[in-house]
Amino acid sequence: MTKRMKYGEAIRTALFHAMEHDPKVFVFGLGVDDHRAIFGSLTGLAEKFGPERVFDTPISEAAMTGVAVGAAVNGLKPVHVHIRSDFLYLAMDQLFNIAAKWRYMFGGRMNVPLVVRAVIGRSWGQGAQHSQSLQSFFMHVPGWKVVMPTTPADAQGLTLAAINDPNPVFILEHRLLYDIVGDVPDPPVAAPLGKAYIRRAGKDLTIVANSYMVVESLKAAEFLETQGISAEVVDPVSLVPLDRETIVASVRKTGRLIVVDTSWTACGVSAEIAAIAAERAFDCLKQPVRRLGMQPTPCPVSKPLENAFYPSARTIAMEAFSMLGRAFPDVNVPVLTSTFKGPF
Amino acid sequence: MIKKKNKMKRPDAATSIELYRTMLRIRLAEQKITEVYPTDKIQSPIHLSVGQEAIAAGVCGALAHGDHVHGTYRGHAFYIAKGGDMKRMFAELYGKDTGCARGKGGSMHLADPDAGLMSCSAIVASTIPVATGDAYASSRQGRKRVVVSVFGDGAIDEGVFFESVNFAVLKKLPIIYVLENNWYAIHSKVPERRKQLDLYRVAEGLGLTGEKFDGNDASTVYNAASAAVASIRKGGGPRLLEFTAYRWHEHVGPGVDFHESYRRKNEQALAQKNDPLKLAKADLTKRCKVKPELFAQWEAELRREVDEAVDFAEKSPFPTVENLFQDVYAESL
Repeated sequence: MTKRMKYGEAIRTALFHAMEHDPKVFVFGLGVDDHRAIFGSLTGLAEKFGPERVFDTPISEAAMTGVAVGAAVNGLKPVHVHIRSDFLYLAMDQLFNIAAKWRYMFGGRMNVPLVVRAVIGRSWGQGAQHSQSLQSFFMHVPGWKVVMPTTPADAQGLTLAAINDPNPVFILEHRLLYDIVGDVPDPPVAAPLGKAYIRRAGKDLTIVANSYMVVESLKAAEFLETQGISAEVVDPVSLVPLDRETIVASVRKTGRLIVVDTSWTACGVSAEIAAIAAERAFDCLKQPVRRLGMQPTPCPVSKPLENAFYPSARTIAMEAFSMLGRAFPDVNVPVLTSTFKGPF
Repeated sequence: MIKKKNKMKRPDAATSIELYRTMLRIRLAEQKITEVYPTDKIQSPIHLSVGQEAIAAGVCGALAHGDHVHGTYRGHAFYIAKGGDMKRMFAELYGKDTGCARGKGGSMHLADPDAGLMSCSAIVASTIPVATGDAYASSRQGRKRVVVSVFGDGAIDEGVFFESVNFAVLKKLPIIYVLENNWYAIHSKVPERRKQLDLYRVAEGLGLTGEKFDGNDASTVYNAASAAVASIRKGGGPRLLEFTAYRWHEHVGPGVDFHESYRRKNEQALAQKNDPLKLAKADLTKRCKVKPELFAQWEAELRREVDEAVDFAEKSPFPTVENLFQDVYAESL
């Protein structure tokens, strides 16, 4: 059975399911029990499971991350929620010196089954400190698993998988995905961690994109099709572990690769995927790999600047034309319009 | 405001003997480490607790086996006092596969969860929130254990200390914050780092009133910790205990550095006068009528235990290179 629902609702079904089946699971973080309920992803949770298992915290990201580790090591399963991923910088020591290394540093005698959910707050002028996308940090340091669910089904399946996993798992959710509707298993089912999805098949070039950039890439691919260019869109979904095989197979098939990440390109996910292509599909590449990400600046607030800061269906399509040695046509590329309004 | 109660009720003879033996076990183990260190068989930093043994012995003496301790890179003393396996500690220092962390952690990352010594970390203050989370879990699990978070005077400079204490007070968690005040963060003195020198008062604004004790006297430490444990077992909230102590050795390494310019003028004399082992021995001799032969017997027995641990470490194999990749995750990716 499946049910159509929004992304936030899909997360909610996963958490309800996990909490009903396992009393060790608890959800905490700033605002988890308020009327907004983290974009609806926690609606009704506090009422159903009570303040013991769903609770607001002091604004102490570092200590609360450590608390989550201490609870996880001692038999509970914390889900720590951050409505803005940017605040995780305050918890760097606990995330990377403690959580990432605990099991290894103590010789494999303890697990840290910890889930951190964090939301990328892009759009509506969120600016430099409310829009960042931290997957590269988490991918860089061994010890964390990292997922970026794109569809409602991913959101449900990976949330459940993360809770079931004995390791620390970072779930990065893009706010512009919360309104996406899709078919989701009912009752909820865990999705495999480490499996990439081909969101659209194609033969001329491969676009590897994650999270909201999948939506932009699919829009670009739709447009490219009207121009006689067949683009394959691959969504890793899980960055650690990373399904290299699916990515490499696609690149070997098309011979061209554009990587589109929700974050900066330097030392980022796009750099890693480009390196994988160079290491494992170099002989098949007809063109140098192209990368798109946020511009190498902090995120500006002013709308025209903000628009220029992010990759879009248009810039992705332009890259594809350039790669194929074709002039960009004098037609409008469809623009994705978000219904999202601030101020929160 | 050191509470040095001359008339205090001292622990019974059996407990006092146990405290002394724990301190001696720590002292002899660390002395052995300083002997071995020049051979380069221990190839990693060591932070010794010589002079501070009374705190580990007294605090752990007040705990039950199932209670938990989270410590620091200066961790040998609490590891031993909490009942951590001595052989596996030496093997860990030697980087051997039989070590408590299979050679992955070394001296700064000791843990023996079977004994309730849950963690030690090389980052100042970083286990304080984890200990607080351990206490949160305990609280959710019917307060089945008391958790002790041990840290030095430098750790209260870190913000995470205040964040953690605030949460513990808010949730009334079963945790004792044990502040080992040896006056130095590496070489930086307490007054160089803060104006307010009553460290036990540092969390008053958060609703946690601390207490300060002479940490050189194992009986005092034991009594203070026992009172805190009893209060928590009865449902009370967190406690903060400051214990003063002397660090005999350099911050890191086997040397004794009382002669260095950062030290106080009369510090060596004060440290020797307050030697926790000397104080406890005098008390046992006078109050419990322990004879010199018995002290000698204990020492011989504990030396043997340490020697056996060293022998175990020396004879143990190093981990194989395949081990490098094990335990990053619970399964291999």
